[in-house]
Parts: sequence; C-alpha cells; structure tokens
Amino acid sequence: MTPLLAMHAPDGFLEPAVAAVTAVISVVILAVSLRAARTELGDRQVPLAGITAAFVFAAQMFNFPVASGTSGHLLGGALAAILLGPHVGTIVVSVVVVVQALLFADGGISALGYNVLNMAIVPAFGGWALYRLIRRVLPATSSGVIAATGLAAAASVVLSSMAFSIEWLFGASAPVPFDTVFTAMVGVHVLIGIGEGVLSALMVSAVLATRPDLVTGAADLDLEAVADRRPVGARAFLIGGALVAVFFAAVVSQFAVDDPDGLERVAIDEGFESSAQEHAIADSIFADYATSGIGNESVSLAVAGLAGVALCLLVGYGIVAATRRPTGRLAS
Amino acid sequence: MAGGHQHAPGHAHLHVPGDSGVHRLSPAPKLVGLVAFVVVVALTPRREIVVFAVFAAIVAATVAMARVPVRTVFARLVVIVPFLLFAALVPFVADGDQVVVFGLSLSEEGLWAAFGVVAKSTIGATASIVFAATTPVPDVIRALSELRVPAVIVGIVAFMFRYLDVIIDQLRRMRQAMVARCHDPRWLWQVGPIASSAGTLFVRSYERGERVHQAMLARGFDGHLPDLDERTTRPSEWFVAVVPAVVAAAVATMAVAT
Repeated sequence: MTPLLAMHAPDGFLEPAVAAVTAVISVVILAVSLRAARTELGDRQVPLAGITAAFVFAAQMFNFPVASGTSGHLLGGALAAILLGPHVGTIVVSVVVVVQALLFADGGISALGYNVLNMAIVPAFGGWALYRLIRRVLPATSSGVIAATGLAAAASVVLSSMAFSIEWLFGASAPVPFDTVFTAMVGVHVLIGIGEGVLSALMVSAVLATRPDLVTGAADLDLEAVADRRPVGARAFLIGGALVAVFFAAVVSQFAVDDPDGLERVAIDEGFESSAQEHAIADSIFADYATSGIGNESVSLAVAGLAGVALCLLVGYGIVAATRRPTGRLAS
Repeated sequence: MAGGHQHAPGHAHLHVPGDSGVHRLSPAPKLVGLVAFVVVVALTPRREIVVFAVFAAIVAATVAMARVPVRTVFARLVVIVPFLLFAALVPFVADGDQVVVFGLSLSEEGLWAAFGVVAKSTIGATASIVFAATTPVPDVIRALSELRVPAVIVGIVAFMFRYLDVIIDQLRRMRQAMVARCHDPRWLWQVGPIASSAGTLFVRSYERGERVHQAMLARGFDGHLPDLDERTTRPSEWFVAVVPAVVAAAVATMAVAT
C-alpha cells in the first residue's frame, strides 16, 4: 500500500551514509529514553511495556476504512507517547519496528536507523511536543485531551513524512528531486494523518471513558471530573483533522507550484523525444537542484531547512517536556 | 460463516522447522552474520550488477541449505512490493540523461536507482526471511540478550511475542462480535466502533499486563528472566556465521577496486 512508503523502508532505500548517521542518532535517543524511562519503567513494569508493544503491533493490523474499498491502519507513534509517555512510547514503538524488520522482513535491517527515527522517535517526541503545546491552548478537560490527541497524532504522521523527505535530501537513492518527494510524501501523509488523528483521538477517548488513569498525557486532569464527561463524537475530529490538512496543504502547495510534476515532465520529454537533458547527474541530490534552476534550489533548501528546524525544535521540545515531569503513570 | 481459524497473523508461521546447518547455528552468531551481510549489501554501489548476482547466489545458497520452501520465501517477500512499485516509478520521474526504451523516455540514472532499490531490498529481505524461518522466537530473544542488548528491551521483546497471539486472538474475537452485529464500515466516518474497540483492547491488554506482572511477582519474579537454555555458543560458530558477509565483502571490494 502506497501510504506506507515512508514507513518500513527496505534496504538500500537511502544512501549508506544517511543510514549510518540516522542509526547513530536513533541509538543515542533510544539510550536516553531508556535511561529516562528507567524511573517510569523499572524492571518491574517490563511485562506492561511488552504487552503494550504487542498491542501496538496488533493495532497496526487494525485496518480502518478510508473510503470505499481502501483502508489504512494506525501507525501509533503519537498515540503510544500520549498513552505511555514519550520515553516508554518511543521504546515500545522502536521495539515493534525492529522486530518487524528482523522477523517479518518488513523494513530493511540496514534501514533500521531511519525507520526507527521516522516511525518511532519523530512521531513519539514530535507528537508529544505538539500534544503538550496544543493542550496549553485547549481547556484542561477530557475533550481538550481528546482534541489535542487527534491534532497531534495527525501532525505526527506529517512530521514523519517530512523527516523522511529531509533524509531523502541528504541521501536519496534515486535522482528524484526533493520537491517532488516532499510534495508527494507530505501530501499523501496529510491524508493518512487525518485517519491517524481520528483513530487516535477516538481510542484515547475510549480509554479515558474506562481507565482515565492509564492515559499518561492526561495525568494532570482531575480523574473524577473526567469520569463524568461523555466522549466526544467523531464529527468534531473530522472537522479538526480537515482543518489541519488544509493548513498543511496550503503550506506545502506554496512550495510545489513552481516545480513541474514528475510525470508532467515525462510527458514534456516524450513530446520532444530524446532531447538531451542539460546536465549529467552526480550521485548527490544537490546536483539535481542545479538542473531545476537556482530559484528552485533556494526554495528547496528553504523548505528543507525550515522543516528540519521545526522538526528538531519539536522533537527537542518533546524530550524537554518529557524530562520535566519525571513521575510517570507507569510507576504508579 | 464458520471462519474461526482462517489465518494466524502472529509469529507462529514464521518458523520453518528443520535440522539444517542454518537451523543448528547458534542464534547470536546467526543474527550478527545476517546484519553484517545486509550491511555489506547496502554499502555496495548500485552499478555493480555482477556483485549483486553473487549476493543473490549467496542468499539462494542459504535458502537451499536451510531447505526453506521457495514458495514461503516468495510469499513473505510480498511486504516489499510497495517499494518495488515505487522503484518502477523512479525511472519516469527522475532527472538526468534520458534513454529511450520501447518508445518511453526514461532517466538512465533513475533506472540504475530502481535497480539498486530492487536488488538491495530483495536480497536484504530474503536474508532476513531465512533468519526468521530458521530461528525460533525464543532463540531470537536469547540472541539479543547474548549480544548485550539492555535487559529492559529484551524483556519487552519477550513479552511482546508471548502476548502477541493472545492479543490478536482477542482482536479477532472482538471483530467477530462486531461483524455478528452487522458491523460493516466502508467510510472513514464509520470508524467510531473500530476505534473504541481498539481503545478497549488497549485497556484489556494493559490490565492483562498488570495481572501477569502480579502473578509473576507471586511466583518470585525479581526482574530477570531465567535462561533455561543450556546450549552454549561455540567460538567456531562466529566464524561460520560471518562467512556469507565476508565472501560478499570480498567480492564487492574486488569489483569496486578493478
């Protein structure tokens, strides 16, 4: 299924240098999470984390309808962070990703560096950061928690596709321009993000209705007050998700306008058959920008730079927001 | 509708029992050998067609040695199909010198990239399929702890596998109950019941975890899983396990150097 493109990338999808660098980043962040989670997790709560990992694994098999005939499934990074806290959430989703690669051949082993980064670390910490930020704006009620979950989960999928696009900029295995990849990836993932947001929000609302003490992200709520409230319906989240989608689509399309679409370009090339392209291509993706023109180059770099800065800020904020509150739910 | 046991998407189907040399190899060296081989494949420049042919031969040889049915291998390779489709698109959207193939103008560099992705992902995935098919899950967990993976992670992996099938069964029962009550969603806005059952599944999983933990404490669990396996890894096995990776690296180095 195409929506999984950014996810579970196989061996050789990005250049070895990117695989190595992302592997180092992932291992470092996982080590930090492991250390931070030690207080929450201890060795006594390992069964809980393990069974939750099995749950995430199973949840990824939960197909939900998108439109007649097509279906998607949960990715669960942001959801795990909101339910379990970002550290434990990251560890749990990373374990799932690694096991999928090792035993199910789902995602390459040499690609684990960027797969763990894109599918566990970025959605968990980025989603957690957004969740904390959105919670500040919204009232401290269960509706606020649910709405924030939906928005953060939706955005986390888009963040994940942005992370992949940025990695593509540095280590593409094919000379497909960054703009094309970025537009396609982020565009597709905005749609997936809507599903992810709706599903995550509804799930959190279901958990809040029965065991509100299990939602780490709602630890600040008065549990008595939560128990009285009725869960919010799907319609509100569809509207919220659509708003996020429109926002992202508006932002992304800004950058997409001046670049002809890849297939469009093939059509042009076919029209003027075998008209030689102006440049030979080096392996580096930066060489591609030279063929696309200077204006494009600066735009691409600006997009990449901005997206990269935003990602780093969010993931960093997520880590800081996570460490600020060391008493997690799991330890209770 | 008598579909009680259509298919088991857990991990039970992964292991293909056997007594080949690949099966008998200790899990820790096998895992290291697998990772080393896949890394060599990923590092090889994509234009070395001959080298990739050698890699494919090495993988095919291990499949034959392990006596894993070829049909099983192909059935599990289905997971990489979306990426093969992507690879097929690359020559159309990529930049660079265009070559005309069957009247279509394709990017030469894109064709090479597509070849690289297809070759590397197929070889890498096949290698891990052979590993999964010849290594039972308890052995994988033992390999992780032998390779000094933090005990918390090993524990999470162990419990995940122990309860994966339990939870998937629970999922299936819940879904069956929903279908029995005329649940047939087609559009995203009908997602409500699925999401709330997923939420319920989380609560049930979590509560099961709490019960399991208490039961383990009652039986003297001190935070460490005992290793009941007495087999030890012989030093020679480490050398045997890295043979494919070393051969691959040697061939690749020779090809690149010339």
